[in-house]
Amino acid sequence: MSEQENTYSAAGEVSQVLVKRSRWERAKIELRKAPLSAWFGIIVIAVYAFVAIFAQFLSPYGEAQVFSKADLPWSSLGGEPEHFFGTDQIGRDVLSRLIYGAQNTIGIALVTTLLSFFIGGSLGLVAAINRSWLDQFLSRGVDVLMSIPSLIFALMLLSIFGSSIPSLIMIIAILDSTRVFRLTRSVAANVVVMDYVEAARLRGEGLGWVMRREILPNIMPPLVAEFGLRFSFVFLTIAALSFLGLGIQPPTADWGSMVRDGSRFIQFVKFDWTLALPSLLPAGAVALLTVAVNFVVDWFLHKTSGLRDE
Amino acid sequence: MSKKNKPEARGEKGDILLEMKDVRIDGFSDERWHKIIKGVDLTLKRGEVLGLIGESGAGKSTLGKASMGYAQPGCKILSGSIMFDGIDLMTATEAEKRALWGSRIAYVAQSAAASFNPAHRLIDQTVEATVDHGVSDDTAARKDAIELYQSLTLPNPDTIGDRYPHQVSGGQLQRVMTAMAMSPRPDLIIFDEPTTALDVTTQVDVLLSMRSIVEKFNTAAIYITHDLAVVAQMADRIKVLRYGEEVEEAVTQEMLSNPTQDYTKSLWSVRALEKPEAPSDDIILEVKGVDAAYGAGVKVLQDVSIKVPRGRTVSIVGESGSGKSTTARVITGLLPPISGSIEFNGTPLTAALKERSPDELRRIQMIYQMADTAMNPKQTVGEIIGRPLEFYHNMSGSEKVARVNELLEMIELDASFADRLPSELSGGQKQRICIARALAANPELIICDEVTSALDQIVQEGILKLLLRLQKELNITYIFITHDIAVVKAISDEIVVMFQGGVVEQGLKSNVLEPPFKDYTQLLLESVPEMDPSWLDSIAANRGVD
Repeated sequence: MSEQENTYSAAGEVSQVLVKRSRWERAKIELRKAPLSAWFGIIVIAVYAFVAIFAQFLSPYGEAQVFSKADLPWSSLGGEPEHFFGTDQIGRDVLSRLIYGAQNTIGIALVTTLLSFFIGGSLGLVAAINRSWLDQFLSRGVDVLMSIPSLIFALMLLSIFGSSIPSLIMIIAILDSTRVFRLTRSVAANVVVMDYVEAARLRGEGLGWVMRREILPNIMPPLVAEFGLRFSFVFLTIAALSFLGLGIQPPTADWGSMVRDGSRFIQFVKFDWTLALPSLLPAGAVALLTVAVNFVVDWFLHKTSGLRDE
Repeated sequence: MSKKNKPEARGEKGDILLEMKDVRIDGFSDERWHKIIKGVDLTLKRGEVLGLIGESGAGKSTLGKASMGYAQPGCKILSGSIMFDGIDLMTATEAEKRALWGSRIAYVAQSAAASFNPAHRLIDQTVEATVDHGVSDDTAARKDAIELYQSLTLPNPDTIGDRYPHQVSGGQLQRVMTAMAMSPRPDLIIFDEPTTALDVTTQVDVLLSMRSIVEKFNTAAIYITHDLAVVAQMADRIKVLRYGEEVEEAVTQEMLSNPTQDYTKSLWSVRALEKPEAPSDDIILEVKGVDAAYGAGVKVLQDVSIKVPRGRTVSIVGESGSGKSTTARVITGLLPPISGSIEFNGTPLTAALKERSPDELRRIQMIYQMADTAMNPKQTVGEIIGRPLEFYHNMSGSEKVARVNELLEMIELDASFADRLPSELSGGQKQRICIARALAANPELIICDEVTSALDQIVQEGILKLLLRLQKELNITYIFITHDIAVVKAISDEIVVMFQGGVVEQGLKSNVLEPPFKDYTQLLLESVPEMDPSWLDSIAANRGVD
């Protein structure tokens, strides 16, 4: 035994402590260990994000630019060098519409998800902290909203308020925030009982501080994972509503209505397989992004050994 | 199956049962391999009890598990030899080891509650391993289990096995777990801190029954604990571990009377710490006839009255469920009392937390038992200590940084700690940061709720010394909630003894801890293990337990 081990000092106290690493260094370690599926997901999401952000520069033509070949419904692949995926039934360039569709569909889904997290997250936190009549009121209200099938409910509300983009965002955000509320409330309830939250209350901190500084940072991992999942659902809901004709309205390009527009040519596929492209391309774009997001979420959930959906 | 005739094969007392030589174990955490055990030898004879002590992180549990040939996930046994009764556990296959575990080697874990399946009856779980390993048949094993319950002095031994784990108390569950381990009549039992989670009064019962059953069946045991006084009752020999190395090993008597290493001596030191009491009539806080309950349930506190003199330490002692922590919650305002009042500096305090002014809140601070959960894991030390400064004293910028550094210095840490996260601190350092957070408010009264009970002896001593020094320098008053009498002796001026929600007595330390005792105080004091190996025998004799 050496001499120095027998003298006690608080600063020199050793234990199995974690190495000091910056957030970036820890992220790098995690990424190195990420499975192939997560990498695939991350790359796909990055490509989508890039396309959506720079749609104006990437697309060869305008969003609603009509070409004179409107009388030729679908130009075959490669048949028209200036329209790579051909043109649609009124002569708009399919590739350009796909690129603009990324911007519109993803952008609206993102805004909607953010809004639903803001509403559901903050109410969920309030309910978890203030376990009184307010919690009962909010939770029962959410139960009522959740008891109605959400797509039908959304269709009904959209036909009441009209299919403008703001009302689309508001309606889906509120309907989706019920799920976020439930998740936030249940994970926050585990943090609220911690001594440090009690310490903050004993100090006399207000609700805002306790919510933002004491609880929120500690429930981020499950919320981030939920954000990914919710985004997929919202994205699919918007595409589905557009497919039904109640979502994003023409001439704005979006993948759901593109699938609908293209679907009427499906029956002619036996004569020319390229006729499937106008509906399969946007449908594939929706599917690929959803799968990619889920891969990343799965990895993230597994890593934080967090909660499962709902 | 050779196990059928195992009792005949059982060797004489004194044969070597387990021999470990130069065992080295590595553990993987935080992206690196760490050395946990750095070459330890261990020999255990049949019928012998070896005590393994050391602070947390010393590797005692890892070594205990390694003696079964088991490395927990994330650990690997690098080298050395482990011979159990002629079987080399280093080269044995998983199947061979599994045949040994639960039949010839048994393990008793710290938390019995977590080790039982809540969906099965106790007796089914007691005999499961015995029957599975073919040691005896089901009927015989059940009959034997009832006898074991009897020798472990469990109440209603005939029927207690039909209960589910949640229907018996923690102490009883720990004894059922011992019965489960004993059921196949193993050659070796490993007790891993089996009484740490129990109250002192319960601990005595469990210790007594464990010791008698180990003696009765001539079983060898490894008893792992951090409490020297407990191990003194159980073990024939004691081995002290630190940083994965052996510090010293000796026969219990010799180890207690004449430890050779400085480190071993320091394990005693907290018990040697004693503060001279100083009476005072200047009352800072008075709790008057407080009744309290959680919800509409039974009263947890009944007519509790406590006086706390300024600049002194009042310890509240009692077993769990006696209302110690509830009293603290009432004083802080977290639990408004049903009736009664609290006076602070002569003026009544509002019962509810929300109605207290920031200045009232500032004067009373609290330090928690588990420093881990008392600090937000996402905030740095600087933020944690800095927040009360901002909140109560409107400090910001360089003024705040300077004060944080000053506070860090007061708790014997340096300024570099300010940007660490709680996960980058050791247990004792975390508790010091909690103390600094309380100090940042410039409080008059600090309520310390079991602040040292999760810490190792040597760290405990450091924390207690720090608290005493701060009291002297800043004239702070402490209310110290604890069940550890050694800590009480070390720090308090006055003692309040609580039992089942009521105050049994309050008085100066000398009055309470010296005869004549009140009945309950005496029971409580007696139950605290002493360093004397014959202590448990004398308790047994006093209580008429055989």
